[in-house]
Amino acid sequence: MLSGARSGRRRLAAFAALTLSVSLLTACGDDSGPPTLTWYINPDNGGQGRLAEQCAASSNGAYQVDVQVLPNDASQQREQLVRRLAAQDSSIDLMSLDPPFVAEFANAGFLRPFDPGDVATFTTGVLKGPLTTAYWKDQLVAAPFWANTQLLWYRKSVVQAAGVDPGAAGFTWDAMIKAAEGQNKVVGVQANRYEGYMVWINALVVSAGGEIVGNVEAGKDATPEIASPAGDEAARIVGGLARSPAAPPAMPNAIEEDARSSFQGSRGAFMVNWPYVYNAAKEDVASGGISQSVVDDIGWARYPRVTADRPSRPPLGGINLAVGNFTKHPDQAVALVKCVTSLPNNIAYMLDAGNPAARGAAYDDPKVREAFPMADIIRTSINDAGPRPITPYYNDVSTSVQLTWHPPGEVEAPATPKETATFMSDVLQGKRLL
Amino acid sequence: MAVMVEAPAPQTAEVTDRARHERRLGLMLSAPSFLVMVFVTAYPLIYAVVLSLYNYRLTDPEGREFVGLGNYATVLTDPVWWTDFSTTFLITVFSVAVELVLGFAFAFVMYRILRGRSIVRTAILIPYGIVTVVSAYIWRYAFQLDAGFVNQWFGLGDYNFFGQRWSALFVIILSEIWKTTPFISLLLLAGLVQVPEELQEAARVDGATAWQRLKRVTLPNMKAAIMVALLFRTLDAWRIFDNPFIMTAGANKTETLSFLAYRQNVTLVNLGAGSAVSVLLFLTVVVIAFIFVKGFRTDLSQVRGDR
Repeated sequence: MLSGARSGRRRLAAFAALTLSVSLLTACGDDSGPPTLTWYINPDNGGQGRLAEQCAASSNGAYQVDVQVLPNDASQQREQLVRRLAAQDSSIDLMSLDPPFVAEFANAGFLRPFDPGDVATFTTGVLKGPLTTAYWKDQLVAAPFWANTQLLWYRKSVVQAAGVDPGAAGFTWDAMIKAAEGQNKVVGVQANRYEGYMVWINALVVSAGGEIVGNVEAGKDATPEIASPAGDEAARIVGGLARSPAAPPAMPNAIEEDARSSFQGSRGAFMVNWPYVYNAAKEDVASGGISQSVVDDIGWARYPRVTADRPSRPPLGGINLAVGNFTKHPDQAVALVKCVTSLPNNIAYMLDAGNPAARGAAYDDPKVREAFPMADIIRTSINDAGPRPITPYYNDVSTSVQLTWHPPGEVEAPATPKETATFMSDVLQGKRLL
Repeated sequence: MAVMVEAPAPQTAEVTDRARHERRLGLMLSAPSFLVMVFVTAYPLIYAVVLSLYNYRLTDPEGREFVGLGNYATVLTDPVWWTDFSTTFLITVFSVAVELVLGFAFAFVMYRILRGRSIVRTAILIPYGIVTVVSAYIWRYAFQLDAGFVNQWFGLGDYNFFGQRWSALFVIILSEIWKTTPFISLLLLAGLVQVPEELQEAARVDGATAWQRLKRVTLPNMKAAIMVALLFRTLDAWRIFDNPFIMTAGANKTETLSFLAYRQNVTLVNLGAGSAVSVLLFLTVVVIAFIFVKGFRTDLSQVRGDR
């Protein structure tokens, strides 16, 4: 017994010594070999991880890449990054950043601006929409990687019966709602109290020629602009749809997937949504959820207009890549960004993960055109897209809108936009809590 | 019946050399940990008070400005604070009240049971051993619309418990009760054990009924233990965070004061207003503790089992 205990103790000591020496060795290894860059990514199908591996392999040993996956929810991604960056975490070499957060992060000094010499590499051939979200105070602080936009999806049978053409240049929200009402069908939108609702409201306001907030570089002194004719138009459409028979029953709680299921249902006529819905519908056929005839009946067009005489400005999403300001390996991180955002990799990622590329030329690739029959509309939509307000106080702006515009059935012009403007201004000035 | 309690012997004014030496040694031994405690608790506290005087956003360092007590005025005049205050108050009052009654019942069971004592005690204590976040998930899943079994069991159909304030608060309070009743019963059991058996005997001989014994002998002798249990649980419930965070994320007016502080400080990185909320939360905790200690005349140092 005694000898057993003794040998056990010896084994434990040996294990401790081994652990210590291994950790010492690893610590030494950090300085000698190529640096390992940590890239914080938003969850995807593994496409970013594959790009990371590929870029590390083609760097000729200049760097290794360790991919860390952030939480699912965009606001939780932001929370985690802000917490780490506020503590000057040097392990964040590279991050996949939602465009609305770029201004906030850059303003706080969390992002390392790209050298003027590199700017052309990251901007040439990039579509206009994502490009606008990559700058803060005239400095390029992020590189557009992929971009997203919403299209108008319609059921061919319904528009035929209603006698409208969603692809026509002057197709408006009013015409769409009227067509759906006439056919006793519904229009799918995202109107739950969340970021997706802000996406819709912002698209309506900018499509009407206005903006939700102006003078953004003034930080908390920015001016709410939503109480304007454009804001009123947006409120009229949101409230009007919510109170019309064309509103799906669950509209006040609808997120992307709810809009999709009502669109694919028997009363579906129109829907504004991201391009993933097309492949998702095909997958639903494969799993037996819907029949092939539903997919065959799906048509697509550019985001509808608010006024017939002004082209719509579709929503903009996607991911920008940014280098952390506290990284110990800025050169290697920039090299990784160059590799990931290159045109071939833009194409590869679009085909792999299904996320639209930020570079326009990607849409001319035959494989892309085959996988995305609506490639041209996606490209022009992303190019003409109206980004959400670019302000370091984006969270406050967005939440102010979401709080005052919910439930959509109570949205009225001009009362609601006016209320939003007052509330937002108070929140920005620290006179109200969110 | 009157219970005679011996008055403590008056302390002698003379302090011996040895006692003085021991006292000094005691002070010296505890000084380092006292200093560490002051540093780790006082520093963040003072820093929070300083921050609360500024309008300061972590992500807008240039926009930092001194606003004095402005943040406190903002917080205290904002409906969000008062909604959260009332939510926290409701959760605290209801959960602690029910827990006290249930806790007593459990304490009696644990005290009186003769057979299978360890099994019963373990069974009662299990919920307290579960991490709060885990228990919050358990309750959330149980009451969820799609996957929950509660609606099935009680034939409630599509009733969405987390869809409106009162039903969501009901589930939150229920889970809080389930989770911490063992704690309160444990404290009460400790108090129960200290009630001298002779007093019970004497009361029984005098012909007191069970209810009279409980009211006149057991409860008065447990006063200190009850107050400690109430104080601990009230403070605990007042700082509730996990359950609403997991179950509703604060939707439908189920946000509590801790949650508000978290949201201002962590989500919005609004350190000025966030610190003001935290300091106010701290002050409410102090007030609660003060009310308990002074209002109920509880001398915490007496709860040592030496009665």
